[in-house]
Amino acid sequence: MTRKIYPFYFIAIALGIYIIFTVVPSLMGIYLSFTDWNSYSREVHFIGLDNFKTIFSSNENYMHGINNTVIFTISTIVLKTMIGLLLAILVNKGIRLKNFHRVILFLPAIIPMLVVGIIFKSIFNPEYGLINEVLRALGLNQWTQHWLTDVNWAFKSIIAVDVWKGAGYIMVILLAGIQAISHSYYEAADIDGAGAWKKFRFITVPLLMPALMVTTVLNLLYGLKIFDTVYVLTNGGPGYATDVVYTQVFSQFTLGSYGVGTALITVLFLIMTILGYFAIKLMSREEQNG
Amino acid sequence: MNRNKATKRLVQNIAIWIISLMAITPILLIVINAFKTAPEASSMNFSLPQMFQFENFVTVIEKGKLVRSFVNSVSYSGISSMLCILVSATAAFALARNKMKFNRFLYFFIIMGIALPLNYFTLIDVMKWTHLMNTKAGIIVLYSVTQIPFSIFILYGFIGGVPRELDEAGIIDGCGPKRLFFSVIFPVLRPAAVTVFILSFLNTWNEFLLPLYYLNSADKWPMTLAVYNFFGQFQQSWNLVSADIILTILPVIIVYLLGQRFIISGMTSGSVKG
Repeated sequence: MTRKIYPFYFIAIALGIYIIFTVVPSLMGIYLSFTDWNSYSREVHFIGLDNFKTIFSSNENYMHGINNTVIFTISTIVLKTMIGLLLAILVNKGIRLKNFHRVILFLPAIIPMLVVGIIFKSIFNPEYGLINEVLRALGLNQWTQHWLTDVNWAFKSIIAVDVWKGAGYIMVILLAGIQAISHSYYEAADIDGAGAWKKFRFITVPLLMPALMVTTVLNLLYGLKIFDTVYVLTNGGPGYATDVVYTQVFSQFTLGSYGVGTALITVLFLIMTILGYFAIKLMSREEQNG
Repeated sequence: MNRNKATKRLVQNIAIWIISLMAITPILLIVINAFKTAPEASSMNFSLPQMFQFENFVTVIEKGKLVRSFVNSVSYSGISSMLCILVSATAAFALARNKMKFNRFLYFFIIMGIALPLNYFTLIDVMKWTHLMNTKAGIIVLYSVTQIPFSIFILYGFIGGVPRELDEAGIIDGCGPKRLFFSVIFPVLRPAAVTVFILSFLNTWNEFLLPLYYLNSADKWPMTLAVYNFFGQFQQSWNLVSADIILTILPVIIVYLLGQRFIISGMTSGSVKG
């Protein structure tokens, strides 16, 4: 009976195009990552683990991309969560023009990452860029930097841009979480004479855990796929200082070495399948219990 | 005590103003410089233009071929988002209503797509087989595919809250599956469908990797790729780049201001239940 009312063909189109355009390429990629596939010759040879040896060898720069992707992901998770939480608490109460601030703080999240990159390219310019101008105006000339071309600063600058863009997004999710916490907990804590810190530590944080989990998962999945920001701001430079997996993938694409490129994606695919499995399981469980 | 509270409020208000200012400064910078002459905008600062140069926008629309890209972006985002809603909503409906083991597996299998990275290399082959490489239809299909997992995730959760009695009433009235879905269920799903539409519209409007890989002719480019290319050509003219950026982000800002409620409920659904 249910089969007739909820027929399989309702699922089939979504499932079909998902399989054709996402799953099939991934499986093909696993096979082709063991070959010398490139854009110049029609023949493809099996070369075993060579591509992976290249990626994980210390003489090449690929490990740099993997390391940077991990550093980027972890630092943006930590920074966006902390700032997002602070903002959520701030705009929850005690503030005038709450809605106005919420709209403004979320605004960076909806602007294309590519455009954000272009805007910050001007802001980080060492000669006329806004940041160095402000530092000079404050008499802090020694603090001015070549934000995007100095090896020590380039990657930090990219992280800062991403935090600028993403903190408001995290704020909105955490704010919804905070507002779902019943007031009675805080009232009870008031009666017991708990201070602001204790209330935060023993009521807000534990009850906000599900929302914090979700923001962490979203940041994680987003961070591992980072590309646009880096591509526009530094394109991996100076040297290889800001290379991430996807900028390396794109350079392999333009070079025509599809074998190495697809091996890089396969590494990412395996990592994300494992992390994604637990992450998605967690998210869908929250959904069912909610 | 009261004084303490007042100070605390003041500090909070100042803090939030500073942070909001940091959030909006880069955007204001673009707005101000879009109206300057090229020499005035060369240092991208907050000094006001001597005279507002509205013709920057005209120049940009002509040189950047923005009309064409705008039409492309609207059709890519619009059609792919509608396609996405249609196939996601039917799939989510059948999956959520008939939770047999196999369907639970399928649901999980599809929403795993939220995490999976696309393989841009092998996808070229798939695009060639399906004759979608370098076509507008191809990019529309790819955009839908990238949005389907998350859309099904949101709609599945929403359908869980729609009473089954509606289905039963429909069946008693003699509806087949299609009638049941389109005339009984879909109207009830409207709030979630609008959310999914807006989110996927914004995501696809802002995306630029897929066209970078799969569209090689400029006349098929969406706004993002056109802006990127424009930036490459006119790096020295920040006034034009700024004007170009404004025209690109204006539609998303309008959609955002109109659909704020939906965007936020869509993002928070699944994470928090109020």
